[in-house]
Amino acid sequence: MQDLSFITGWIDSFLSTTCGLAPWLTITIECVLIGLGLLLMYALLALFYIYFERKVCAAFQCRLGPDRVGPKGLLQSFADMFKMLIKEIIPLNRVDKFLFGLAPFLVILASMLSFAVLPWGNGLQVIDFNIGIFFLLATSSIGVLGILLAGWSSNNKYTLIGALRSGAQMVSYEISISLCVITMVCLAGTMSVSEIVAQQANGWFIFKGHIPAIIAFLVYIVAGTAETNRGPFDLPEAESELTAGYHTEYSGMHFGFFYLAEYLNLFIIGGVAALLFFGGWMPLHIAGWDGFNTVMDYIPSIVWFLAKAVAITFIMIWFKWTFPRLRIDQLLSFEWKYLMPLCLVNLVLMVIVITTGFHF
Amino acid sequence: MEITTKSMPYEAWKDNEYIESMIAELKANGTNVIVGSLDKLINWGRSNSLWPLTFATSCCGIEFISLGAARYDMARFGWEVARSSPRQADFMMVAGTIVHRMAPVVRRLYDQLAEPKYVIATGSCAISGGPFKNSYHVVKGVGEIIPVDVYCPGCPPRPEAMIYAIMQLSRKVKVEKFFGGVNRKENQKEFLKNHPIESMTD
Amino acid sequence: MANIQEIVGKQFPEVTFAQGETLELTVPDASWHALAAKLHKEFGFDNLRALIGMDWGEELGIVCYLVNSRTYEMIRVKVSTANREEPFLHSITDLYAVAGIYEREVYDFYGIKFIGNPDMRRLFLRNDWVGFPFRKDYDTNPEVNPVRLDHEETEDTTVTYVEDADGKIHAEERVIFKPEDFVVNIGPQHPATHGVLRLRTAVEGEEIKKIDLYLGYIHRGIEKLCEGLTYPQTIHFVDRLDYLGALINSHCVCMCVEKAMGIEVPPRAKVIRVIMDELMRINSHLLAAGTFCMDLGATTMLFYALRERETILNILERTTGARMTFNYNVIGGVRQELDENFVTDVKALLEIMPKAIKEYNKIFTGNVIANNRMNGVGVLSEDDAVDYNITGPSGRATGWNYDVRRAHPYGAYPEVDFEVITRTEGDSMARFKARMSEMEQSCKIIAQLIDKIPEGEICAKVPKIIKLPEGHWFQEVETGKGAFGCYIESTGTTSPWRMKFNSPCFCLAGVIDHLTRGQKIADLITIGGTLDYIVPDIDR
Repeated sequence: MQDLSFITGWIDSFLSTTCGLAPWLTITIECVLIGLGLLLMYALLALFYIYFERKVCAAFQCRLGPDRVGPKGLLQSFADMFKMLIKEIIPLNRVDKFLFGLAPFLVILASMLSFAVLPWGNGLQVIDFNIGIFFLLATSSIGVLGILLAGWSSNNKYTLIGALRSGAQMVSYEISISLCVITMVCLAGTMSVSEIVAQQANGWFIFKGHIPAIIAFLVYIVAGTAETNRGPFDLPEAESELTAGYHTEYSGMHFGFFYLAEYLNLFIIGGVAALLFFGGWMPLHIAGWDGFNTVMDYIPSIVWFLAKAVAITFIMIWFKWTFPRLRIDQLLSFEWKYLMPLCLVNLVLMVIVITTGFHF
Repeated sequence: MEITTKSMPYEAWKDNEYIESMIAELKANGTNVIVGSLDKLINWGRSNSLWPLTFATSCCGIEFISLGAARYDMARFGWEVARSSPRQADFMMVAGTIVHRMAPVVRRLYDQLAEPKYVIATGSCAISGGPFKNSYHVVKGVGEIIPVDVYCPGCPPRPEAMIYAIMQLSRKVKVEKFFGGVNRKENQKEFLKNHPIESMTD
Repeated sequence: MANIQEIVGKQFPEVTFAQGETLELTVPDASWHALAAKLHKEFGFDNLRALIGMDWGEELGIVCYLVNSRTYEMIRVKVSTANREEPFLHSITDLYAVAGIYEREVYDFYGIKFIGNPDMRRLFLRNDWVGFPFRKDYDTNPEVNPVRLDHEETEDTTVTYVEDADGKIHAEERVIFKPEDFVVNIGPQHPATHGVLRLRTAVEGEEIKKIDLYLGYIHRGIEKLCEGLTYPQTIHFVDRLDYLGALINSHCVCMCVEKAMGIEVPPRAKVIRVIMDELMRINSHLLAAGTFCMDLGATTMLFYALRERETILNILERTTGARMTFNYNVIGGVRQELDENFVTDVKALLEIMPKAIKEYNKIFTGNVIANNRMNGVGVLSEDDAVDYNITGPSGRATGWNYDVRRAHPYGAYPEVDFEVITRTEGDSMARFKARMSEMEQSCKIIAQLIDKIPEGEICAKVPKIIKLPEGHWFQEVETGKGAFGCYIESTGTTSPWRMKFNSPCFCLAGVIDHLTRGQKIADLITIGGTLDYIVPDIDR
């Protein structure tokens, strides 16, 4: 399979050798390039998801979905973006201006940082260090801070209730997510993202870890849906109860940030699930089927990764448009009474499987 | 210049004179209507991404729900992102009778909409008070309290009529200028000056 | 009935009796409360169906329709006062819970203050409104009450009138919300209120402590408008009350006028009206179920429900020419002949409905989250349903077996066989399931009638100028929400002296506070959705 690191390697050698730049300048330019690349990726993915969700939910509801703007409505989310960019940002009286302005950036920052460690493709990873997964967990929980700030600083009762719900919900479900991740880290024996991917070359973890891995995956998907505040766990922005929840008072691009972050978090949850359970960018390999494996290798690694992430997020979108919403007490008791104990038992089960060598 | 939307031939519009006269008036006032390419891009975005505010008081609101459902499916045009918070919506479909007690609420919702904002008066009640015009408690048309961009007649208007109304709105948006002043903004300001809120309480 | 006359007459010699449509008791205000208590306790008239404010020119007063919840017997009580400056009547809130909100309505329209009602604020109009619009001497000059763009003061206290031992009346202030209460203002512009209802909600964490109801954000003064119009002109207004029961409402008004004039409706029109009513009922329940599911977050269900609703609208549109406000019933019958494809269209609908209902149950009713959200939430007991006058599917879900179609059959209903759906739980799930089953029953009724539409006239011979004799009439029908009543008082002219639409949703709104105490904020949505009120029907 082709290693995409030759591109980055070529850029690096072009800057330092051909142009003869000093090492610090080379690194600065590279950082800027990577930042731009990520931003572009970020925007494109968000726009794709907005379109994707609208089309998918339309299909579920016997409708057509966007089909007027651009071919097949593909440009719909671009139109939305242009609109949003120049929409007025309403300055509000009696809000904590600094926190009010900071909140959307915190939310977007949290999801942006997580992008850095996702294994986009073979050799396409911004930073690859030995505690990559840990970093991912740490950064993704900054988001809840942004939401709490948004709800508090808006000086509105709806946003406050929304933020409190969100805080309780995200902090609770974070535990399940972390436990699922730890379960898989036990199986891998490492926290480095690239190594986790490399270990799945001869079989994805969901097959290797069989029962505990499947349980972990199911719990992860449920907890991940809750973590992104999406239906049936969309209480913080439950439209019918709290108008728009914690971002009721936000307008223009500030609201746009929340809107984008929701979809990006969705992608991150899908991406991490792909990394932990479905081999990241690793193609599907079946031991012994050499012909099949070579064919699979021809598909670029970045396509593998994106396809897996999108397939997982499709399931989450499916949830959202099928189930009614839970109530806050049901939501919390679901986590603390069922999911978390299940995760703990599952972790023990995984450890037993590993120590007895009962995995593939 | 022909202002139209996709899959709608210019001749199919019923009131081209209106939009032509609007352009002529703008030209006469020295506004350059042949908008720049950046303006074109922005107007393309705005006119194709009109998010309604979920706002309905009576029968017309049910037809508005039908508009979102499978048969009429406003999602095709990208209008289905109905926002419950006025700060995130682009236009307000005043669907239903507006009564005295509701009037300050409507005005506040309008004030809370983020610029650029538009209003469609849907149904005869919102246009003129409709069958309830003689009542002691009904506002004789929402145009008395907020500036209206498009009127959509009917009692209630059929969803097709609502689609036509929003398409008309999207056409009006297309002749707007972003750089160098939105050309309908002056009317809006004037209107709000003539219809002041007596005492500002919050 | 004779029994009542005898016993009551012995104890209350001041009560006068008259026999009209129902037995009428006229009582002076002083013994009104005692009489009501006796009727309630001894004769089982435990359901206050309607409390109608009246202005007879010289006198102000109220007309009450009391119903025995077991035998469905109805009597009418008239109380009046000659004092137009400071009119006081005694309240019966302690006997009938629904009287609280009815009396506020009367106060708002006629200025009659009720001694003992705990909350005597305006209900529909702004608290700075000048005058009482339903009085015949109301100043209609728009300068008195201009369109105000400033917000009215929100009051945290209310007033109640108390009578001392020596008969003196004085006002007392009552606190609704204390300063330390965390009051969230839900509505009037809020996605879950199904229109423009305002609920000031005191919450503690996620729990609801108290709800204060504000109405009138779509109060259009329809009843007052009717007083200036001829009878045929009033019919189109009721289409716009509960717009999901448009045909049923106009059926009621037409029947009331027909009853007053003694017009016999041709059998064909009777059957057509009933088929249309049942189509309307399915339509109403479909939308109720759909929007309720959307409020709970299951948006997809709404679109499935609307899909079938469009089929019904198609059928109605082909005959009547409209999708929502039909104006199809006229005095004496119906306006147009049925569409030629009507029978085949309806049969096609009957074909798809059972499958569709099965699909709804599969996608929503069986869902574990939906069950958790609805089971045991907002439980209404049978006694409370009678006390708060909750009719329709919401009332029948408590076990109170009251259906106007069965209790006082009208139109072609005596000829058809159908089951009155009752459940015993009284919670949100029961209300939801009752609607689902009622759709099946409606299909059953239509199936029985669709092949047997008699030939003949669609409208009886009606005089050109419709003039009602002097008198009063009260007619009820069963709409999708409950018992809808039309009251006409005529002085013998072409337009009514007083026309009152006694809407079921008004009582449904009155029970919200009672049902939501101690529940979660999210349950407010569940309860509101399953009660299925239509705000223009509350406000009229």
